[in-house]
Amino acid sequence: MTKICSVRDLHHRYGDHTALAGVELDVSAGEVVAMLGPNGSGKTTLFRLLCTLLPIQQGTITIDDVDAKTNPLAVRSRIGIVFQSPGLDKKLTVDENIACQAALYGLTGDELDQRRDELLLMLDLTDRRSDLCEKLSGGLKRRVELAKGMLHQPPLLLLDEPSTGLDPSARLSLWNAIRSLADSGMAVVLTTHLLEEADKADRVAILADGKKIAEGSPAQLRGEMGQTIVTITTSDTASVLSILRDEMGLDPTELHHQIRLHTESPKSLLPELMDRLGDQAESISVGKPSLEDVFVAKTGQSFDAAIEVSP
Amino acid sequence: MSGSKTDFTVADGFAAAWMLARREWIRFFRQRNRVTAAILQPLLFWVLFGAGLKGSFSGAGELDFMQFFLPGTIALIVLFTAIFATISVIEDRREGFMQSVLVAPVGRWPVLFGKVIGGSAIAWVQAVVFLLLVYLFGTASIGWTLLPMLLLLALMAIAMCSLGMIVAWPMDSTQGFHAIMMLGLMPMWLLAGTFFPIPQIGEGSSTGQWILGGIMRANPLSYSMVELRRLLYPQIDFASLGFAPSPAICWMVTGVMALVTTAIAWWLMRGNRKVDVIV
Repeated sequence: MTKICSVRDLHHRYGDHTALAGVELDVSAGEVVAMLGPNGSGKTTLFRLLCTLLPIQQGTITIDDVDAKTNPLAVRSRIGIVFQSPGLDKKLTVDENIACQAALYGLTGDELDQRRDELLLMLDLTDRRSDLCEKLSGGLKRRVELAKGMLHQPPLLLLDEPSTGLDPSARLSLWNAIRSLADSGMAVVLTTHLLEEADKADRVAILADGKKIAEGSPAQLRGEMGQTIVTITTSDTASVLSILRDEMGLDPTELHHQIRLHTESPKSLLPELMDRLGDQAESISVGKPSLEDVFVAKTGQSFDAAIEVSP
Repeated sequence: MSGSKTDFTVADGFAAAWMLARREWIRFFRQRNRVTAAILQPLLFWVLFGAGLKGSFSGAGELDFMQFFLPGTIALIVLFTAIFATISVIEDRREGFMQSVLVAPVGRWPVLFGKVIGGSAIAWVQAVVFLLLVYLFGTASIGWTLLPMLLLLALMAIAMCSLGMIVAWPMDSTQGFHAIMMLGLMPMWLLAGTFFPIPQIGEGSSTGQWILGGIMRANPLSYSMVELRRLLYPQIDFASLGFAPSPAICWMVTGVMALVTTAIAWWLMRGNRKVDVIV
């Protein structure tokens, strides 16, 4: 696979605050990569560096063999960007918004008309093309943004929190669009703080405190966590924890009033747990590990808590 | 599958600037209240002040206040419209539109040109519409001077738009812009011989007259105003009526003002800065 984007030893500071501390990332054509992390993990900084909004302080970003530090303008023509905040002019129609974007990317005349028709058809926007953008729903707006980002057929598409503010059906159609883009050979990088969204990517890079703490396909990452996770809900966490640790010699983790256990043999563990805990356990459930479990295992912090605590 | 264009010429830059300028036009005409306000407000200003101060005004030769204030009103239209057109850069930034413009491969100067061309064209057309109304009222008459006057108005509009960009570009709120406007741009308009004549200075002038006259002579807009007045009333000899630099000087100052403001705005806009990532 052709490598489209390569990030090497990337550091970034805002004054005394270190936002990125040596991040590496490779993205190939046809691949959807999710950068997962709570707010403050550095993913927005990484996104802004990738889309040349921030100058590179230390490290390198190469996109389609062009160095982003020495030649940011050339990089810009090779990336399509969909920002989290809506970037449409509400007083313009869908067609006019796309024409504006096209002019900024040197696309005019027949080429523009043809490309615009194609995209509107693909994103199911054709019958709304003459509507003012202020009249569109959130999902439709995001699809117009996507059309803007893909207009110049960039090898790399960057999306910042693409699902924010979308209802489930709009999310689904957005992901269908992303998937078909990747199938056509585009490399897609997106940031997200939603675990279920990261789960849909081909590869997930988990960021925390400016560092990449894990990377792999969602299945791989979950596989590292063992086969099964047993979750125990209880109102008396302390005594349940002590039973598990001291009496049973297990290694439980506590996560917002739930206790989790990794196990390879739930069949033998479950009866024993029920026997030892008795009424102290309100519920005991068995499931596959999630990306949240990966995050907890790597950072020792709950993903939700990390979202709440960080600025 | 890279189908993206990677070489950007100056022509591409102008195509982008033209598109952004057209966007300003479309936006302007889709906001009806802006269109009405832009014509009615100066008209109201002119009629109310003109009629109200008519009796108590002297100092500009044969001109009564309605006539004296007319070029000032035209300047006000240009100033207000050009500057309000550039406030939109703050809205663009807040609404996120600017973000996608800032990461475009075409670079920054088309953004500036788009705003300035679009904004000054709106201002210019409004000034012309107002002029037509004035001709209908019969306060001034159409003559050969109309053509240079149109050119002068265009230069003034460009200068005011670029000035607006200089003020608006580093800002993240429209409130800040209004503060600057009241403290900087309104006095600049008032002290340009628009509302009252520029006092003569010489022996026997008071300190106040020296200060006021000095400030007004240092204001580049004063020179545009002198020329505008001269072109509007070609039959009146202004040389004997106080501050009256030669047409050559007036045109030069106006041209340099347009160039310098555009250059400063361009200088401010290049590169990556903190404001670029404010959402």
